[in-house]
Amino acid sequence: MNIYIQPEYEVVRDRDRCIACRVCERQCANLVHSYDAETGKMQADSTQCVNCHRCVCVCPTHALKIVKSDDTYKINGNWDNQTINEVYRQANSGGVLLSSMGNPKDYPVFWDKMLINASQVTNPPIDPLREPMETQLWLGKRTAKIERDEKGRLKNTLAPQLKLKVPIMFSAMSYGSISYNAHESLARAAEELGTYYNTGEGGLHKDFYKYGKNTIVQVASGRFGVYKDYLDAAAAIEIKMGQGAKPGIGGHLPGAKISADVSETRMIPQGVDAISPAPHHDIYSIEDLRQLVYSLKEATDYKKPVIVKIAAVHNCAAIASGIARSGADIIAIDGYRGGTGAAPTRIRDNVGIPIELALAQVDQRLREEGIRDEVSIVVGGSVRSSADVVKAIALGADACYIGTAALLALGCHLCRTCQTGKCNWGIATQRPDLVKRLNPDIGYKRLVNLVTAWNHEIQEMMGGMGINSVEALRGNRLMLRGIGLTDTELSVLGIKYAGESM
Amino acid sequence: MRIDAKGLHFSVLDKAVRDAADGEIIIDNCIGQRYIACGLSGKNIEINGTSGNALGAYLNGAHITVHGNVQEATGDTMNGGEITVFGSAGDATGYAMRGGKIFVEGDVGYRCGIHMKAYKENKPAIVIGGRTGSFLGEYQAGGIIIVLGDSKDGKPVIGNFCGTGMHGGEMYVRCEQIPTRLPAQVKSERLERLPEGEAAELVREWCARFGKDSKAYLDCTFYRLTPDSANPYKQMYTQN
Repeated sequence: MNIYIQPEYEVVRDRDRCIACRVCERQCANLVHSYDAETGKMQADSTQCVNCHRCVCVCPTHALKIVKSDDTYKINGNWDNQTINEVYRQANSGGVLLSSMGNPKDYPVFWDKMLINASQVTNPPIDPLREPMETQLWLGKRTAKIERDEKGRLKNTLAPQLKLKVPIMFSAMSYGSISYNAHESLARAAEELGTYYNTGEGGLHKDFYKYGKNTIVQVASGRFGVYKDYLDAAAAIEIKMGQGAKPGIGGHLPGAKISADVSETRMIPQGVDAISPAPHHDIYSIEDLRQLVYSLKEATDYKKPVIVKIAAVHNCAAIASGIARSGADIIAIDGYRGGTGAAPTRIRDNVGIPIELALAQVDQRLREEGIRDEVSIVVGGSVRSSADVVKAIALGADACYIGTAALLALGCHLCRTCQTGKCNWGIATQRPDLVKRLNPDIGYKRLVNLVTAWNHEIQEMMGGMGINSVEALRGNRLMLRGIGLTDTELSVLGIKYAGESM
Repeated sequence: MRIDAKGLHFSVLDKAVRDAADGEIIIDNCIGQRYIACGLSGKNIEINGTSGNALGAYLNGAHITVHGNVQEATGDTMNGGEITVFGSAGDATGYAMRGGKIFVEGDVGYRCGIHMKAYKENKPAIVIGGRTGSFLGEYQAGGIIIVLGDSKDGKPVIGNFCGTGMHGGEMYVRCEQIPTRLPAQVKSERLERLPEGEAAELVREWCARFGKDSKAYLDCTFYRLTPDSANPYKQMYTQN
């Protein structure tokens, strides 16, 4: 016996406005809308609705809205509707609950509890409209021995660096979890912005090798699509040890999503599950990690920085210290609000820690140990605005990864049902009729718009602080003050409370 | 080109191998240098001594022969080429290899052939003369692993947890009785002799390399192990 579960959201149609043009019906891959020939009216089946707002956006007469259902079980502070429904779903099916995108629960957002400084009178603000304001930076190892050749000239002993024109990169999203058109949009935007996008663990489509100098390729435990040309094509190589949305959990791309094209890119047969378990079975220690780092460096002649990506977890400061000693050039840390194409709900909502706290602790630990210059730090999960970027850099990050914000720019409405593969916005799907809804010519431009706008805002905020380069803002925690935080939170973040002077 | 590896740091040795204009390279006195021939193609490399971890990782067509033992992660993510070991190999041999062949005269360690996968014309193969450690063919998604079990010490031919998470490819184990309880997702089939086909060809190739009589290795009982599903996780989840 399956218990009926009332939909959480309802489709509401304004009958006076609806002209029964049936656009909503054609646009909904979840088959919510239908036309009743007898009455000549449109119907909606809210049980199928995922609240992606596609129909609301495309309705030419704005006759549709999606509202939260006022149907409720008896109000209970402990057992809310969602919790009860999840029990019903599992009792109905016996399955592990599967969700997607980032942790939506009401945990504190520490970005919103930090305030940025500005100059007044002394050390005056800088006007970014007329003064140079540097947002360009380099990622990589900054320790280099000074060596001279026999004629006394400096030898270039600097490790390979990634040059970013903006302190923002697009985080790892695989072809398979997102569509071809979404990947093309990210790749072209990265090229135009002078930054990087990341293939995730899904290989690099043959059409996108031409964006190689703006591409970070990922190597994960399943090694999908990893081979010499893939490594050679990239600007940098990222070893994925963990992901903020599902720390300790690997990737399973179900066989049903392995289309011919995805199969070719991942270099695996069509229809077979792509399993990338959380553990790298050849890595049990920092020494083992070092081996993978160096085998990648050897395979690419030491020309490319190697990034090691981990999820923000309780001991990430100690882990980062190990990574900094493993030979990696860059550490990427992904907070527990980071997105995903599919993750067990319980993992997504309960495992990991906020990126703000992890970043502050990692930066502090590396500085205390005198190895901060061995690596750059990139953070993501979730960075939602230019203010978050500024705060992250002031806490110690070199640059940020954005994933969810980039998908929002492409049309995502955060319905959090990527795992079904029926994304009406053409992003998290491989269905050709849905993929073509995302026009990469428009998509890439929207990504460029977003990052360009953020970059202007970053310049404005830096100017206000009297700081004229992101390099000078990095780790400058005196530019931050906490609000509504406990002493412990302030000490973990390494910042003072609002109102406290230097 | 001949390189004396005695006292050479791995980065110096590996650079010499990488940059060599000569396609024929012999390395003498190898004493555990890592990452030899990573990602290489179009070269023949002969190693005398013991090579270190990650020999031939991402190998892309080069041929490597080792007169001695090899350590861990030999042929990691190998895409093409051949590695022949006149000795034994360590753990995670052939990790995620997608193409090419590895022939080992002696034993291999734990997790041999883990994540091995096949794609179109790429079909990787590992042939092991002796015994293997536990977790042989873990998460195997394609390709072929053959264990000939040539051992006189009476220990089991394969270790525990063989084929855990297997969802593609096949394994052939030469023994009278599979010496371990197999995971639920692995099917096993007893064969009175190795049938003609890819597996028999690989065994002949192995015998030719190591100077063995192929009849003695074909005309025996084998167990063929295959996965029972290409989609092991299909039934596990509920949409939320």
